Amino acid sequence: MKKYTKSIGVGFSAMALSIGATLVQAADTIKVGVLHSLSGTMAISETTLKDTVLMLVEEQNKKGGLLGKKLEAVVADPASNWPLFAEKARELLEKEKVDVVFGCWTSVSRKSVLPVFEELNGLLFYPVQYEGEESSKNVFYTGAAPNQQAIPAVDYLMNEVGVERWVLAGTDYVYPRTTNKILEAYLKAKGVAEKDIMINYTPFGHSDWQSIVSDIKKFGTAGSKTAVVSTINGDANVPFYKELANQGISAEDIPVVAFSVGEEELSGLDTKPLVGHLAAWNYFMSVDSDTNTDFIDSWKAFIKDADRVTNDPMEAHYIGFNMWVEAVKKAGSTEVDEVSDAIIGVTVPNLSGGFATMMPNHHITKPVLIGEIQDDGQFETVWQTAGAVMGDAWSDFLDGSKDITADWTAPLACGNYNVKTGKCSGQNY
Amino acid sequence: MKLGPVTQFLMNDTAGKYLLSVLLGIALVIPALNLMMPEGSALHVSTYTLTLLGKYLCYALLALAVDLIWGYCGILSLGHGAFFALGGYAMGMYLMRQIGDRGVYGHPELPDFMVFLNWEELPWYWFGFDNFFFAMIIVALVPGILAFVFGWLAFRSRVTGVYLSIITQALTYALMLAFFRNDMGFGGNNGLTDFKDLLGYNLQSDTTRAVLFVASALSLVLGYILCRYIVSSKLGRVMVSVRDAESRTRFLGYRVDKFKLFVFVVSAVLAGVAGALYVPQVGIINPGEFSPINSIEIIIWVAVGGRGTLYGAIVGAVLVNYAKTYFTAAFPELWLFFLGALFVVSTLYLPRGVVGLAEQILEKWRSRHAASLETSGQNATGQAASARDHSPPEDEKNDDAGTNRKSAVELSTN
Amino acid sequence: MRMSSVWLKRLLHVTAVMTLLTVNTFMIARESLAAVPDEELLAPMAELKSANFSKKAQLVVDLSNIEDERVLLILKGMLGGDLYYSKQSADSFFVLSSGESGYLAQNVLTAEMLSDISKRDYKKISVNNSLRRLLRETLASLQLRSPNVETRIDAARAMMKSDDESNIKPLRQALQAEESASVKKLLAVSESMLVARYGSSHERVDAIGRLKGELYPEVRSLLAGFLIERDGAFLEADSDVRKAAAEALASIEDLVAFNKGVENVYFGISLGAVLLLAAVGLSITFGVMGVINMAHGEMIMLGAYTTFVIQQLMPNHIDYSLLVAVPAAFLVSGLVGVIIERGVIRHLYGRPLETLLATFGISLILQQAVRTIFSPLNQSVSTPSWMSGSLEINGALSLTYNRLYIIIFSLMVLFALAMLLRKTLFGLQMRAVTQNRRMASSMGIRTGWLDALTFGLGSGIAGIAGVALSQLTNVGPNLGQAYIIDSFMVVVFGGVGNLVGTFVGAMSLGIANKMMEPFAGAVLAKILVLVVIILFIQKYPRGMFALKGRAAED
Repeated sequence: MKKYTKSIGVGFSAMALSIGATLVQAADTIKVGVLHSLSGTMAISETTLKDTVLMLVEEQNKKGGLLGKKLEAVVADPASNWPLFAEKARELLEKEKVDVVFGCWTSVSRKSVLPVFEELNGLLFYPVQYEGEESSKNVFYTGAAPNQQAIPAVDYLMNEVGVERWVLAGTDYVYPRTTNKILEAYLKAKGVAEKDIMINYTPFGHSDWQSIVSDIKKFGTAGSKTAVVSTINGDANVPFYKELANQGISAEDIPVVAFSVGEEELSGLDTKPLVGHLAAWNYFMSVDSDTNTDFIDSWKAFIKDADRVTNDPMEAHYIGFNMWVEAVKKAGSTEVDEVSDAIIGVTVPNLSGGFATMMPNHHITKPVLIGEIQDDGQFETVWQTAGAVMGDAWSDFLDGSKDITADWTAPLACGNYNVKTGKCSGQNY
Repeated sequence: MKLGPVTQFLMNDTAGKYLLSVLLGIALVIPALNLMMPEGSALHVSTYTLTLLGKYLCYALLALAVDLIWGYCGILSLGHGAFFALGGYAMGMYLMRQIGDRGVYGHPELPDFMVFLNWEELPWYWFGFDNFFFAMIIVALVPGILAFVFGWLAFRSRVTGVYLSIITQALTYALMLAFFRNDMGFGGNNGLTDFKDLLGYNLQSDTTRAVLFVASALSLVLGYILCRYIVSSKLGRVMVSVRDAESRTRFLGYRVDKFKLFVFVVSAVLAGVAGALYVPQVGIINPGEFSPINSIEIIIWVAVGGRGTLYGAIVGAVLVNYAKTYFTAAFPELWLFFLGALFVVSTLYLPRGVVGLAEQILEKWRSRHAASLETSGQNATGQAASARDHSPPEDEKNDDAGTNRKSAVELSTN
Repeated sequence: MRMSSVWLKRLLHVTAVMTLLTVNTFMIARESLAAVPDEELLAPMAELKSANFSKKAQLVVDLSNIEDERVLLILKGMLGGDLYYSKQSADSFFVLSSGESGYLAQNVLTAEMLSDISKRDYKKISVNNSLRRLLRETLASLQLRSPNVETRIDAARAMMKSDDESNIKPLRQALQAEESASVKKLLAVSESMLVARYGSSHERVDAIGRLKGELYPEVRSLLAGFLIERDGAFLEADSDVRKAAAEALASIEDLVAFNKGVENVYFGISLGAVLLLAAVGLSITFGVMGVINMAHGEMIMLGAYTTFVIQQLMPNHIDYSLLVAVPAAFLVSGLVGVIIERGVIRHLYGRPLETLLATFGISLILQQAVRTIFSPLNQSVSTPSWMSGSLEINGALSLTYNRLYIIIFSLMVLFALAMLLRKTLFGLQMRAVTQNRRMASSMGIRTGWLDALTFGLGSGIAGIAGVALSQLTNVGPNLGQAYIIDSFMVVVFGGVGNLVGTFVGAMSLGIANKMMEPFAGAVLAKILVLVVIILFIQKYPRGMFALKGRAAED
């Protein structure tokens, strides 16, 4: 008996030591961390992004690597579990000693890893459209801020389609809440009355849309053109669109413009009844440009599936990765501080035939495209902004953040600077 | 040496004694190696390892709480994650209030997410959370009260077995949905995060982490002592009899519902404390912790470790979580296969968990060496037998039909 | 008088049949139908290639004014997004469709068919929403006199969306020529709507009066439009019209409210049917066998994936795919169920709570297996044509076909299961084993074998549920997780081991949820339902329909 418990004890401490033993790193590769969920609810979206980064790393190595070294991808699975994101981030930075991390999808996962990146001075490229209201020293936001997606979409509906009544439907979490708040303020500023805006929130993975779609239908019979602005997240979209189609709401009557529905979501859906519904993104697979054709070809070859599609967050990783490569070359080092200084102002081609520049607020410039869903699951661009739009970290339409600005270049070097009070608040360093 | 009655129960628990010494050892050695050894030294323990182990210790305390009710009283709660998360939220609220005006929007009172959702003032249930001691009372009180109300209703109307399991699951599911709502004032899906300091100490400094680690280890030690005390007392005996034959115990004149209620509340409070220790170490608390899958996972830790032994729960929690950490990094695409197989194999072949397996192996080994160890051997087997008293019988008696079934299966295969 | 009207009808009928025949002949020999020279059609079409959307709209109007049968084909092709032009030869336009193998292209001018073409050689003439709207309206006005009643109904219905004054005349002409009562009614509504917009003051008030009681959303939208107030002034200046509109709208709103209530009950029943399908398999494995099968959701998922695979195997027969998928899904999930029972659960009888752990492990393995085989993405399952759209009871109430079929299907499954349990030897043996295993075994029933079959049955039914759910929601690795908790709630609420209980449980939870949703919101409704279940179990610790007697004892 005594021996047996002792053996447990020994095992316990041996294990503790084995986790603790830091591996001696060979410094002949540059390590690229990939922090995307490969299991759990978010695997559906994030697995593709992991593959995208692996492809980009492979291509960079074919070109001879970076600074004379090979790149090495280190993949971890945070399993759609938010505290696990923080743990894995720490593992990548502290144990694996990666030089850069590409990762996260949901806002909560980003919020969860943020303190870790700030504490250990890591580098994170975040590729998904998000609610803004953040600018961290250690994070580069390559997805769209609300002013790069939501506001142009509403402008399009208002000016080109003549919409006067608005349904803002979203999943109940921070991205839809913020976006809808910004849009509500924006619409009111444009003279839309309170009664012409209907706001509706549903839980994650909501699957029974009968009542809500019926309500939308009723809301749309008040005499003026109605549109739905959807910030419905991921899995809930398929049953939502199916219900729309079955209750006979066509895009000609009540168009739905979505900010979270891309080519990949549509590939899991029979799109025939959805033709004409809209999405606002910064990239569509159907965009006609040489860089895009090359990208699609190499993606299909890499994933060995001719039917796989590309989407906006993939483009964001493409841009982010190339920006990082350029910045490393410019800095001649992978040191986080040097790279973060070097990357501001770096311009690389995007996939829609233009260029993306990293701004001092750690957001990038993007064109905004509005597309209509086609029956082959692709989008047809029906409208786009004249030039690239600069990502705005702090929305001008929210009371709290109107006066806040982000600029990481000297002398300000602050992600949260209040121009009225002249104070830089909310910083952890 | 004369021992007081208080410590007597511990001296009978050999495995526990060793476990406690290991825990105390870890509580001293790991933080010391983290703080004192220079980085790069072979003996250095990285902060990553320290927080990881700290997290395991919190899980272990949670598993201990579940083992107390499941292993000893037969209450299979599929909603214990709820008590853990409630404790975590109480701690999170305290930490949120500590941010003060250092938030993103620089509001002197309201947390960022409230400023952002246009809340004018702090909701009433947030008052007092700027006081550490008040928050700590709430950490224990809220899970305790919820467990009391829920348990009082359920045990009084004799909801047992799978029915109880399913409604505990409904409880945590309902709470998860509720906390997801932004209107609840707990930060919605994002939960509470961006913590800065605890009692004035920076949460990101190594010293604070080390102190939190020591606190978790000590809480686990105290929790273990408390649970061991309960199960070795007369109360513990009644609990075991409730587990094995609830009706018979009732007919003997025991108020079964009161015993169950007491132990259920104790377990919930322990889970709440575990949650409160967990939150500052991982830096976030959100409604995902309420998810029913998490609660099922806790049960699995206990089952893998060995149910009804207390130390088994601790071993199981650490083991499964270590496996999870290892597999998610080493085989990110395949780890669910490993984890799934682990559960299937351990229920099929290790009905008494890893601890049970170890005991078996030990027994074999001992009988082989019985001749050489005759004198001390007698003593040891006696102790092993007394430890086995506490472990559950192979057949669960709380399902007569099931027992019939098993014997029937045996009959048909014979 | 009476006689003559009958004769007139017959005469009309004969002429109608004759027109039908002539049109058909024309369809066959399309060349002869070319009323105008090809050049006249080609001129606007050539411009379509490069025009922007507003130019395209003008061209569509131009085309529609050309009196030629071929215009219909062109506009229809354009509406469906199937109108392409060849990249090689100028001035050749095609309507593409998918045939048995590859694409077919029909030349719009010559009606000549090309098969097995490569889509790369063609470029699509793109359309957007406003263009689609215009095309639909234009086609409708062209088809108001179509020989086919169905087409006329669709056209007349589509005309309600029109706000084009020039449509009043063709509508009136169509009304006079029309003989079908149902088409006439629709035409009259469309005509009144246009008059209500564009007539003189008293014509408008009259027209609005005729719209009283019409429940079509377009009518409501039109009337409500008259009452809109902007910046303190009404958009509609005529106060008589406003008064009439308000009156008509009020009469409509009452009916709409009633229909909304009926619709809500329907929603509740359909949610109940989904819950019933998801839970009925569980009520067998959990209720009858006492196995807490956490992998039940994954059995549903397997059924849904089977549907996907079947549709991949028969891409040209989507309409029949579900009929094949139902037995296939039953077999696949059932087989997996039998394997799980023989491999794992068999060893765990008598330890019901441990089956929970083992099956949870299995559910993780199955989820990851599906992720590895099919990728973590959702798969696209098409809806057969007979399941899409809705059954329009009246303008304000329409029942979606997919839900309707699922309600019927769930009842069929329940009935078949009840028959199986009551009327067959297998059912008899199953019930015997449930009630007294040792006795049943002594009577010569092979209980081990029966357990496997029972578990297979429960899993197979879950697979069937997967087929139904594939029509409503995502087919992805997380499908099962979404339904497992709800299924447990239904079974526990209804009472374990009892089909009637499961039925009543599912329906009451479904309806309660939908009744609460309008005023509590989707999330709160769900929370309230859970709280109700928790409290309900306190009162009835064995569910609504608890087993009584010896079987119920602990």
